[in-house]
Amino acid sequence: MKQVKINTHISRKFNQELENLRNAVLTMGGIVEQQLSDALGAFRDNNRRMAESVILNDFQVNSMEVQIDEECTRIIATRHPTASDLRLVLVIVKATADIERIGDEVERIANLIITGELPGSESIKNNMIATGDKVMAMLRKTLNAFARLDVDSAFAIHKLDKEIDKQYKALLAEAIKEMQQDTDSLPQWLEVLWAMRALERVGDRCKNICEYIIYFVKGRDVRHVSRKKIAEALREGQTE
Amino acid sequence: MLDFFASSRTEKNLDALAADKVAINVKDLTLHFGEKRALHSISMKIPKNQVTALIGPSGCGKSTLISCFNRMNDLIPGCRVDGSVEIGERDIYHRKENVSVLRSRVGMVFQKPNPFPTSVYENVVYGLRIQGISERRVLDNKAESALRNAALWDEVKDRLFESALTLSGGQQQRLVIARAIALEPEILLLDEPTSALDPISTLTIEELINTLKDKYTVVIVTHNMQQAARVSDQTAFLYEGKLIEYSDTNRLFTMPREQQTEEYITGRYG
Repeated sequence: MKQVKINTHISRKFNQELENLRNAVLTMGGIVEQQLSDALGAFRDNNRRMAESVILNDFQVNSMEVQIDEECTRIIATRHPTASDLRLVLVIVKATADIERIGDEVERIANLIITGELPGSESIKNNMIATGDKVMAMLRKTLNAFARLDVDSAFAIHKLDKEIDKQYKALLAEAIKEMQQDTDSLPQWLEVLWAMRALERVGDRCKNICEYIIYFVKGRDVRHVSRKKIAEALREGQTE
Repeated sequence: MLDFFASSRTEKNLDALAADKVAINVKDLTLHFGEKRALHSISMKIPKNQVTALIGPSGCGKSTLISCFNRMNDLIPGCRVDGSVEIGERDIYHRKENVSVLRSRVGMVFQKPNPFPTSVYENVVYGLRIQGISERRVLDNKAESALRNAALWDEVKDRLFESALTLSGGQQQRLVIARAIALEPEILLLDEPTSALDPISTLTIEELINTLKDKYTVVIVTHNMQQAARVSDQTAFLYEGKLIEYSDTNRLFTMPREQQTEEYITGRYG
């Protein structure tokens, strides 16, 4: 089955509603992307003011999630969407929830910066920044794939989550080693661990969004499915 | 492992239905009105004791197709049918087919309720009287059971001998359904049965359709896609006289196989 364009309904108002909905998600994604970028910048430069503004800005993201959910509810009630329209609305509800949670993870990273002096070596800090950059790139690509509803990119990005998981494990091992030498600052270390975990979770959420993109375009639910199966699902559409 | 929604996910293979599960077997059916071809070699198997919906834009041939199932098209001058429609393994277009008997086996209800201007009771027993049944007790029993099956009994039991025209539109439509099922047909054809009714009467009829399928095979033509989605087990989408897609209703409304189906059910340009 070929993909249908969103804006080809007989009802122009419905086209507009779906378009607005999609734009709202992209705007929300853009804000979260900026938030993550600011949080990583604040971490790099130990800039507390920037971290504080990241925390304050999270309310915007929360409010957008509520608004988008409301609009989706309204569209389901009034338009009775079917097939790809229905999948679009469902995907938007789910993606919005994930983007909101990414916002929460970013807030957690910002919290680490305002808690005070960070324990640990330069090496840990640099490795966290490297992981952060990778997560940032993954989020940016995910949002681009969502904007273009590009399944091939979604599938490629999906794979990045494994690399991030690997880096997270390495970071954790490094942190544990240093923590054993530095038991006095355990409370601060816990904050560091939370932030590491938050980075890793952003990767998971991006992966979820990539799965939703595939679901929307191909109509196949690829959650909790091996990469091989997903690749099969993607090929299936091409031969039809 | 828990399987919550198994029934809404299992998909039938409509092509591979066992012969004893098929109520109507349409084979390569082509229909012309004069020069104009209204149906293009349609083949489909309509399963027994299920609800099958026919959807599609005006003029797509859905009413023509449903009318083939009890040969109502015979009445239209210039109508020519090729291919076959088998009901109970007999081709109803065979020249020896007795059309009156066929129409008592395959009942039909139309868009506008069309009760006869007689009493409620006489409406229901009309077909039975034509069949030569006159014993009062038999007629009474059949009338009651038909009205009960049409979910109308409680509303009319005290006014059986009042004119059927005093009933509301929704009641009249259920009365017409009772009249059709009094003959104990195998198949019930409903041609837009709720398009002249208000939403509540519509819901009553939809609920009725759901109970009717225990006893009868139901084929329904509807312009209301949500209605097709709600009441039917499988849906056929017709476009310009062709059967574009025929699948499980759950499948058709969530993941149609054909682009044209997708465009129609989501309200897009063809």
